[in-house]
Amino acid sequence: MSAASTRSVLEPSPWGQRFAALLVILYALITMIPLVWIGLTGLKTPPDAIAYPPKVVFDPSLEGYVNLFTARSRQTPEYMASLPPPTSWYDELVRKRNMVITGPSRFAERYMNSIIIGFGSTFLAVFLGTIAAYGFSRFKVPLKDDLLFFILSTRMMPPIAVAVPIFLMYRALGLSDTHLGMIILYTMVNVSLAVWLLKGFIDEIPMEYEEAALVDGYSRMQAFWKVVLPQAKTGIAATAIFCLIFAWNEYAFALLLTSGNAQTAPPFIPIIIGEGGLDWPAVAAGTTLFLLPIVFFTVLLRQHLLRGITFGAVRK
Amino acid sequence: MYKLRKGIAATALAAALGAFISGPAQAQQKELTLCWAAWDPANALAELSKDFTTQSGIAMKFEFVPWTNFADRFLNELNSGGKLCDLLIGDSQWLGGSATYGHYIKLNDFFDKNGISMDDFLPATVYAYSTWPKGTPNYWALPAMGDALGWVYRKDWFARPEIQTAFKEKYGRDIGVPKTWDELKQVAEFFQGREIDGKKVYGAAIYTERGSEGITMGVTAAMYAWGFKYQNPDKPYDMEGYVNSPDAVAALEFYKDLYKCCTPPGHSDAYMVANLDAYKSGQVAMQMNWFAFFPGIAKDEDVGGDKSGFFVNPAEKVEASTLGGQGISVVAYSDKKDMALEYIKWFAQPDVQKKWWSLGGYSASKAVLEDPNFPNTAPFAADFLKAMGGVKDFWQEPTYAELLQAMQKRVHDYVVADKGTAQEALDKLIVDWTQVFKDDGKI
Amino acid sequence: MAVARPGKPVQRAHGLSDRAVAWIFISPTILLLLAINIFPLLWTIYLSFTNYRANQPGRLVQWVGLDNYRNLLGSEDVWGYLQATAHFVGWSIFFQVLLGLGLALLINQKFKGHATLTTLILLPMMLSPAVVGVFWAYIYQPQAGIFNYLVNFFIDAGSFTMIGDVNLAPWSIVLVDTWMWTPYVMLICLAGLRSIPDYIYEAAEVDRASKWRQFWSITLPMVLPFLMLAVLFRAIENFKMFDMVVELTSGGPGSVTELASINLKREAFEKWRTGYSSAFAVILFVTVFGAGNIYVKFLNKVKQR
Repeated sequence: MSAASTRSVLEPSPWGQRFAALLVILYALITMIPLVWIGLTGLKTPPDAIAYPPKVVFDPSLEGYVNLFTARSRQTPEYMASLPPPTSWYDELVRKRNMVITGPSRFAERYMNSIIIGFGSTFLAVFLGTIAAYGFSRFKVPLKDDLLFFILSTRMMPPIAVAVPIFLMYRALGLSDTHLGMIILYTMVNVSLAVWLLKGFIDEIPMEYEEAALVDGYSRMQAFWKVVLPQAKTGIAATAIFCLIFAWNEYAFALLLTSGNAQTAPPFIPIIIGEGGLDWPAVAAGTTLFLLPIVFFTVLLRQHLLRGITFGAVRK
Repeated sequence: MYKLRKGIAATALAAALGAFISGPAQAQQKELTLCWAAWDPANALAELSKDFTTQSGIAMKFEFVPWTNFADRFLNELNSGGKLCDLLIGDSQWLGGSATYGHYIKLNDFFDKNGISMDDFLPATVYAYSTWPKGTPNYWALPAMGDALGWVYRKDWFARPEIQTAFKEKYGRDIGVPKTWDELKQVAEFFQGREIDGKKVYGAAIYTERGSEGITMGVTAAMYAWGFKYQNPDKPYDMEGYVNSPDAVAALEFYKDLYKCCTPPGHSDAYMVANLDAYKSGQVAMQMNWFAFFPGIAKDEDVGGDKSGFFVNPAEKVEASTLGGQGISVVAYSDKKDMALEYIKWFAQPDVQKKWWSLGGYSASKAVLEDPNFPNTAPFAADFLKAMGGVKDFWQEPTYAELLQAMQKRVHDYVVADKGTAQEALDKLIVDWTQVFKDDGKI
Repeated sequence: MAVARPGKPVQRAHGLSDRAVAWIFISPTILLLLAINIFPLLWTIYLSFTNYRANQPGRLVQWVGLDNYRNLLGSEDVWGYLQATAHFVGWSIFFQVLLGLGLALLINQKFKGHATLTTLILLPMMLSPAVVGVFWAYIYQPQAGIFNYLVNFFIDAGSFTMIGDVNLAPWSIVLVDTWMWTPYVMLICLAGLRSIPDYIYEAAEVDRASKWRQFWSITLPMVLPFLMLAVLFRAIENFKMFDMVVELTSGGPGSVTELASINLKREAFEKWRTGYSSAFAVILFVTVFGAGNIYVKFLNKVKQR
């Protein structure tokens, strides 16, 4: 530690920095292996996917993606020979394995369900969360802290613990396996997060803006709508993404309460099977398509991640 | 009507040619949903059902779920009073619960009215797939798919001269289809770790799955061969000395030995699909699996044709095999029960049953099975008849799921997780089962 | 109702009173939570004292008192599931704290490109646990899987199985959870590190305190509340763990990785022992809630120091 250095004493040494960078890069590489491997598996043929030792170098194929979106059936060579020439590249790909496409698979439907339920519940949770957070942030509410803690504590329950009565309730109300039922359920789970996060964001908006608006003759509603909401835009967007990610990733409730109609992608992806075995390229392709939006959102969210994952307890 | 039919035919054709048309376009027309497991026979049934659509104008939708989720999903569906399935091809063990709790509608009147006679179906299948209480003429399903546990082996490997010599040298007999479990284990041991075509191979793929019913189906295949009985024939629910009889213990120990000595690495959570994978990728010399898969194996790209042979579950003290297969039922919560019954009526016709078998579905109809030419129609047809002659089933009690879960745990704990002895596992199983029957008011 | 009270500011006369706005804003959330969270919870508590079975509609529902609780707490198997859960929660948090704190310290060196790397490292924790479970099952395959292949690249371990081996299986789920959630602990620790004002270190430098000493007497105590918060959130989540493990091992081999939630699902939705499983759910909830509360009290004390 030379005193002649112009660096501040707190600046890490360049060698220390390089060493740290090396270790972090190493960790990042290791941690990326599973993700890269899944991405690659989606581009393999089914035999390549279960070859041993595992194939790191292979001829890429779109069979996984075709299998993901289609249902196919095996035919005899005689039947295959009698068919007119294939009309598309995916048809050709399937026929190479002596199979014909019999229709679309259920994957697109399940993916669509994930989108409908994800966005529906996110919209509701954020809407409820925003107004409740505003209420908690700006008004004297009796038992405020207790209510807030109550809202947080609903998140501590194992989903399976309340799943039984919810199952019974939904059975009685006819909400089992419906989009509405799942939207209500995910809204319930997400609203606690939304309230806590948004309260933090709204707390940060100076009261003076609204007070000025009120003096100008705005009603409370108008002030909320025209002054507070625009200020809270970023916070609302970040919260929405967190809610969306939760609803997107949720598995336990979806497994127990949905079936053929409203099932989302997470309970569906593990059971994509091909002929005989689990169709690993198709599973990997489905996984990739399912994870891509999350990767996108993570990058988008990186500034607010910390708040989101700690219920607003830690703010950067 | 003609126009409509033409329209449907055109739609079916379009779908068959691979057009990416999704369901909603056809939503207005008459439609039935049939629920079953996702496996080869289900695809065959979808193919077969095209005839029904052409004849009746009723479109068929299918909900096929993989076996490991099958019971879970559809029992949940039934228990939640769901309307997803109009027709359900459910496991034989569900009959007790589905009849008792009103999930299925009773078919007796319908059968009488439409001249469908259960005498036209193999008695073993009627008993197993249709009746509750067992053996009484109360029918809750039409036998849809006969099935039993059988074995597949690499005929081509068995036929190689160097293999034959080596085997004879080691065991002093010719290698052949195992007649007993002891022989089976010898063959498995022989292949375990051997190099064939430059690849290391293993003995046998057997059921070891934990989550649903896998290991129970596998272990009972051994136990039945040792003469296993669930209860005192004279005193129902008296299990002491039956479930944990010395033979039962011996069979369970044998199964564990087989698992330890002769399965591929990591074969610790394997059911039908994993066994198929191991077999088709050329890793194992033998696999245990349901007959339902045999048509698919016979025409497989890699192991089909002459490369594979089939045999019935080997005997040890008696000849017996684990029952698979299902009956087709009409779900009580469906809004389209009449249309669903129409499907069953169509399905029961002898001609349809014949086509069902030709497409790879195991018909239970006498019109098919008692045809003198039947044993020649497929390399495994004769074995199928033989197997169906000696099938045994797990409990079909309304509480079957609890009984099954208990056995899954006890057996997997012992065989795969090395916990305790076989005697302890079966003793504990009796305690579990007794508790279940007590809770249910049976004892 | 709508009578304007005298003395209210004129400009608010045409709007709702603050009090009304507050309740209109807050009550939907509270009502929703009461209806779909608290009501079911109370129902669960009621059911836990009965022998109800959701799959037997005609069954006479009997009040059985504490029988379900007695059966549960007296069962060797249930303690086994709780032990498996404790092993999983304990070790996964241990590794995550170790790695997470280490990474945070390294990233806090603020080398070039650390922001991009951080985002990259964060990816696993944003993924769906169920889907993660599925593809790790593929990665762990003894022959075709990349995990064994890589391990064998470094040491000659032969063909071994992670999720099929009684001794390795509990560690296989710890490993996946650590892979997934280390970034979470790292992110929170990083926030802690950045909250330490520079002047404290400057003062320490003046006192010629060694780097090691600075770490023990400044960095660690200042990061501790953050670390404890991370541990709290991870502990609650992992105690509830269901999706990732059920897809990876479904509780096997035997019951080695049968965590409490997995068994709960079996009892509730496969065996349909509704009353019994409700009692189990109540026990789990009380455990999390109780332990969480005690921990938060402790955490607040640490913060005040």
